[in-house]
Amino acid sequence: MGRSADWGRIRAIAWKDLTAERRSKAGFYSVAALGITILVLFGFALGPDTRALRDAAVGALWLAVFFAGVLTFNRSYQVELDSGALDTLLLYGGGRWTIFTGKLLANLAFVMMMLVIVLIVGAVLFQVEVPAQWPTLLAVLALGVIGLVTLGTFYAAMASRSRAREVLLPLLLFPMMVPVLLAAIQASKALFGADLMQESGAWMRLLVAYDLVFLIITHLAFEYVIEV
Amino acid sequence: MASWKSHTLLDARDIARRFGARWVLRGASITVASGEVVGLLGANGSGKSTFLRVLATLLRPNAGSATIAGHDIMREPDAVRHSIGFLAHTPGLYDDLTARENLVFAAAMLGLPDADDDIHCALERVALTHVADERVRGFSAGMQRRLAIARLSLSRPRVLLLDEPYSNLDTAGTVLMNSLITDTVDAGGAALVVLHELAPSAGVIDRLATVHEGRIDSGLYEAEVEPRLALVGAD
Repeated sequence: MGRSADWGRIRAIAWKDLTAERRSKAGFYSVAALGITILVLFGFALGPDTRALRDAAVGALWLAVFFAGVLTFNRSYQVELDSGALDTLLLYGGGRWTIFTGKLLANLAFVMMMLVIVLIVGAVLFQVEVPAQWPTLLAVLALGVIGLVTLGTFYAAMASRSRAREVLLPLLLFPMMVPVLLAAIQASKALFGADLMQESGAWMRLLVAYDLVFLIITHLAFEYVIEV
Repeated sequence: MASWKSHTLLDARDIARRFGARWVLRGASITVASGEVVGLLGANGSGKSTFLRVLATLLRPNAGSATIAGHDIMREPDAVRHSIGFLAHTPGLYDDLTARENLVFAAAMLGLPDADDDIHCALERVALTHVADERVRGFSAGMQRRLAIARLSLSRPRVLLLDEPYSNLDTAGTVLMNSLITDTVDAGGAALVVLHELAPSAGVIDRLATVHEGRIDSGLYEAEVEPRLALVGAD
């Protein structure tokens, strides 16, 4: 009963967030537009040199996902704050970690959809070819997004109680994201360059360790950061 | 109304809470027995809403203790949350979900299996069946309040904590709110209701207490309430 009720709550929150986001439309389009704009701006900044574009493609892609993700995480709690629903949400019985897991799953789905769009646009814009080790690249992308979304969802909850949350979230999130971004960028770069030195494995292990540690810590700490 | 008065369902002692350097509650105490409805009156900023939020486990008190349905609000917050029905100033609904979806979500969060019939009854009770599949974004403030009442009725709480529950409600909505309170206390529950004015709660409130500078003055009992309600009605 306990576990099925918890799972029911997680599903309900993920469904509610995705349904509200899908219906509001402006949310997804504005976030995707930001991701694409960042890629285009990188393209302009790097100029017409194809080699320079390819070299910078991976970093540009991850930064586009990061900045667009920050918008997503802020919106995730804005839905609750706009209508005063956060208090109601906190008063339902059961573990508050279920709220975090539900929001994490919804944000994960949202950022993954955005990632697909950014990947397609990035591949066209930076003239990047799909590497031979594309399944490993997909795993790197998934691990990087899990790290980003876990920390983003957690820090957005922490910042949600502050009036300066739009400014606070990137300030809190960016220093914590450095290891994830670094590992994801290096692993992706290695895979695009055929990974002759077998570097991607070490970076992926770092990503796995980082994701596991922060998935556990954020679930344990959520109850305390969402309290007033 | 007060025939159930047998045991204490809500017992708050010396609750204190501050925001920064400002003490909003300075030792607020109250008890509410089963079958009893207590109205809380007070000026703006006197601490009524803060007191209710502390009891609802939404704010931690800086000092004092409270039990609801026998559960300590600090040590057993989850059990307290299962026992209470809290209605805040804002309805706490999701604008981009329909009325029915808001209740389906609430039922899932409450862990109610097969709640379709309960949801249908709740919508019928608040007379929103005809707009059940419309998004809440288009609802008036009164309709949103009714939907919040429907959500509250799903959980069948033992103790109602209501913060100005009559705001934005028309006469029919006021009757609905009063029937929710009456049903709860008739089932052995209790209610603590923050009031802005007395008239809508006429015939429902058993006792009045006033909040002044973060303290609760001893309640006015039944005999004293009726003349006051009559006076308000006469206005």
